Amino acid sequence: MSDLVSQLKERFGDGIVDVNAETIDDWIEVTPDVLLDVCEFLAGDSAIKLDMLNCITAVDYLHTDPKKAAKADFDPHMQVVYHLSSIEHKHTLVLKVKVDRWKNGEEGSLPEVPSVAGIWRTADWHEREVYDLSGVLFTGHPNMKRILCPDDWVGYPLRKDYEMPLEYHGIRGR
Amino acid sequence: MSTKVDDPRVIEFDVRTDEMLINMGPQHPSTHGVLRLILRTDGEIVSEVEPHLGYLHRCAEKIGENLTPRQWVPYTDRMDYLAGMNMNLGWALVVEKLLEHDLPEKARHLRVIISEMGRIASHLVGMGAYGLDLGTFSPFLYAFREREKILDLFEKACGARLTYSYLTPGGATGDLPPGWVDECRDFLAQFKPCIPEFHELLTNNQIFIGRTAGIGVMSAATAINYGCTGPVLRGSGVPYDLRFNGEERYTEMYEGYQFDVIVQDPETGKYPDPHLEEFGDDLDYPEIPKEAILGDCWHRFYVRMLEVVQAIRLVEQALDKYESASGDWGQPIKLTQKLPKGEAYLETEAPRGQMGFYLVSTGDSIPWRVRARSSCFCNLSVTSELCRGTLLADVPAIVGSLDVVMGEIDR
Amino acid sequence: MIGSLVSTGASTVTEFISQNIFGLDDPNWFMYLLCGVIAAVLVLHVIAVGALFFIWAERKIAGRIQDRLGPTRVGGKFGWLQTLADGVKLIAKEDFIPRDADAPLFKIAPYIAFAASFAAFLALPFADGAVAHHVNTAVFFVLAVLGLEVFGVILAGYASGSKWSLFGAMREAAQVVSYEVPLGMCVVIPVFVAGTMNLTTIGEMQAGWFNNWLVFHDPFTFIAAIVYFTCATASVNRAPFDLAEAESELVAGFHTEYSGLRWSFFFMAEYGSMFLVSALASILFFGGWHPPIPIDIWILEAFADPDLVAAGPLKDAVPSLVTFLVMLIGIATLVAKSVIGVVVMMWVRWTFPRLRIDQVMATCLKYCVPIAAVCFVGSMTWETLDLPSMNTINRYEIHEDWSEDLAVSTVGEDGVDPEWPEDENDDESSEVMDGEEAPIEEDSVAVQNGLSLQEGE
Repeated sequence: MSDLVSQLKERFGDGIVDVNAETIDDWIEVTPDVLLDVCEFLAGDSAIKLDMLNCITAVDYLHTDPKKAAKADFDPHMQVVYHLSSIEHKHTLVLKVKVDRWKNGEEGSLPEVPSVAGIWRTADWHEREVYDLSGVLFTGHPNMKRILCPDDWVGYPLRKDYEMPLEYHGIRGR
Repeated sequence: MSTKVDDPRVIEFDVRTDEMLINMGPQHPSTHGVLRLILRTDGEIVSEVEPHLGYLHRCAEKIGENLTPRQWVPYTDRMDYLAGMNMNLGWALVVEKLLEHDLPEKARHLRVIISEMGRIASHLVGMGAYGLDLGTFSPFLYAFREREKILDLFEKACGARLTYSYLTPGGATGDLPPGWVDECRDFLAQFKPCIPEFHELLTNNQIFIGRTAGIGVMSAATAINYGCTGPVLRGSGVPYDLRFNGEERYTEMYEGYQFDVIVQDPETGKYPDPHLEEFGDDLDYPEIPKEAILGDCWHRFYVRMLEVVQAIRLVEQALDKYESASGDWGQPIKLTQKLPKGEAYLETEAPRGQMGFYLVSTGDSIPWRVRARSSCFCNLSVTSELCRGTLLADVPAIVGSLDVVMGEIDR
Repeated sequence: MIGSLVSTGASTVTEFISQNIFGLDDPNWFMYLLCGVIAAVLVLHVIAVGALFFIWAERKIAGRIQDRLGPTRVGGKFGWLQTLADGVKLIAKEDFIPRDADAPLFKIAPYIAFAASFAAFLALPFADGAVAHHVNTAVFFVLAVLGLEVFGVILAGYASGSKWSLFGAMREAAQVVSYEVPLGMCVVIPVFVAGTMNLTTIGEMQAGWFNNWLVFHDPFTFIAAIVYFTCATASVNRAPFDLAEAESELVAGFHTEYSGLRWSFFFMAEYGSMFLVSALASILFFGGWHPPIPIDIWILEAFADPDLVAAGPLKDAVPSLVTFLVMLIGIATLVAKSVIGVVVMMWVRWTFPRLRIDQVMATCLKYCVPIAAVCFVGSMTWETLDLPSMNTINRYEIHEDWSEDLAVSTVGEDGVDPEWPEDENDDESSEVMDGEEAPIEEDSVAVQNGLSLQEGE
């Protein structure tokens, strides 16, 4: 792990924002700008060869309750978590990208993260799912459409401030 | 009558041939529930397949953000509803990983018994339903006959036949009832001779071979790139099984067990030894037909069939170990157990592939974020790649060989 | 000798009715109509009751094959009224026509399919004399009319306005048309071995012990019988060739959009065709209405008035009780043989997976057609060279009897001795036939009748 981190830091410098080796699953946080390069390196380097992308998750950090928000130990943000593993070397890695909940703070414009679908085809559907449910736009994705919800669905259900629409095509929502 | 050129009625006199868009599903007999495939076909030849998901989306992840881990266990049942026990296990392990909760030895073996029985039950459906996809009905009922017996055993253990909620974070909801172990042994003894029957009905059948061998060939690189796991990955010749290669918290469950990863040996071109001495001479393994190519539908199916045998081996060993093990079956954690701040991700080898759960906690008893990494979701994504250029009848054959369960894909 | 009963077809019954019931010397048009209606109703009942039985049997057989019971309740024991209950349900269902369907064609399609299946029964003899209409080119008629069933399916697929239906229809069209070729070839083999296209005569030729069945004529006919059954399964769309309604691919194929009674007509047509091709197989290859052990001949010899039998055709007499009994035995035998054929089809259906369309075509073009062609040539050679055969019956005797009865001469097949004694015993005649090879005589009448196959020299 430490080898890898020093290698990454050497290559990407400030792109590697944070490293946590204390938790249950160690993770490395990178900026969205270098994500694609980091991923290409991780997938391509024969010694690391993280050839399988297990999962992409978006975690929305936001307290909707103002009281709780005041006490919260985080600023509202969105985290995209990549779980990677290597079939050949049998090791795993967690990669994190932190973005604003809304791009430039404007409500309604989605935060952007570069798509890794060109490296792992798994990302194709997983990114669509994250886009669909959490509202993160993956730039460079070949087919950025909703996957689980209908195409005309409004809102991103896994965001903490999501409210179920009152009605959808005449079906009562809540 | 004046007709303009763009009048749709004019097309009636147009004899050009065109590609046709066909909607397969979500109400279609062979789409395993509510999968919807949009096929672009030129006659019988499929040029493009686009899967549409979401017809069984039940917001499980959102619900998980509002329930404590133990309360969410029933929702995991409903993901891969054909292998509910394995879903329970995946979730239980990830919660235990976050809590750093260790299990008594007996609970460990109990979990092996239950999850491997779940694997048998699940593969039986996979096998039977694959027969259905290829147009034969009888193997399905043969498979269900045996599955029913497993469900009977599960019912005795936990009271439910489909949505078990049996393995919970901390252990299981209860110990196995008295006599269960013997009944399970009886079942296995009775079940073993049935496996050659299945091989005879399907694996060895010339029509079956003709329909599956060489169809939907997926290279190992493609399988890994698409994140295919489980029998789909191993059917492409990648020796990767989380029971061997997974995280320690999961692999320690299988410590001291004798079993093989089912994958074709690249040198000999053979699958692991069928262990005839353990199963007697009844277990006659079919030869790999010469038409079959590694990574095709036939191999994926065959890997599943062989995994059933490995699961039997595991259960037999686990029953012995369970009887002599110390400790209890593992008391479940408290319903409102406070979760430590942090996050945990763990994948288990569910029957259909690697089922991962991701749990983020901010120190509350309710998780901040729950994520289920579905194996079928990734396995299905390869469909459009595999189905390109095949015949219409191959589409159910390929989708069936991926053995998807929509409950898990849509969550 | 049984051949003498051949002519008790519809015309005799017509005459009988008009003379005895209405007191007319010559039957008028009404008599013919009446007899036609009677025959039609009888045949219709064969199909309807047959379908009723076969659907029940299929459910039972499928159940047993699959380790379950099948229907058990309706009608007391064994659920034998299950099909009737299903029928009632189907009648009560909504008659649904999709919005995109071509309504008139959609409505007429099931009847066309059913009518084709039904019409083919008209020329199918159930026993010597038990035939709705005596057609002397019955083989040709049955095959031709049965082939029309595909029109109903194509219409249904086209008119449904559903792409799945269209797929099913196109598959059916391609498949049935392809399989007509080997099917026709296989049918031609018994036709020229027998030297006639008359199903009654072909059946009569196989009287006696089961070694007289044409399937045992030579190795080639044996193979041809198997190929015929395969092709027949394919041409009536049964698994593993049921691509037109492949439920795992095409939902339900051409009848996806059909429901209720219209759908059940397709079902009846399917079961009717199954029965028909099995019956055809029994007549062409498996001895027709003659039991494996010649019970019918024994009965005739033991009980019938020798004079009556020797007198030949029963043109103007009521069939005696004995001949009637023999006929009943014949009908029962044929039905039993056909049921065996249908059961084999069911057995195959519930065991095998379905073939893919290209495999179906390959089976036809790569295997069935060449094998059938080889069988055709082989069987022809066998017959021409007069190689030893298990069949001991002399087909020419019956042939002549029959031709005399119908007042048409069909002499002129290869090796017919015109001086052949009419009352020659079967076994003896065969020996004699083996011994001598008579010169061929082309008879102009035979050519006119289209019965002279160009075999032999």
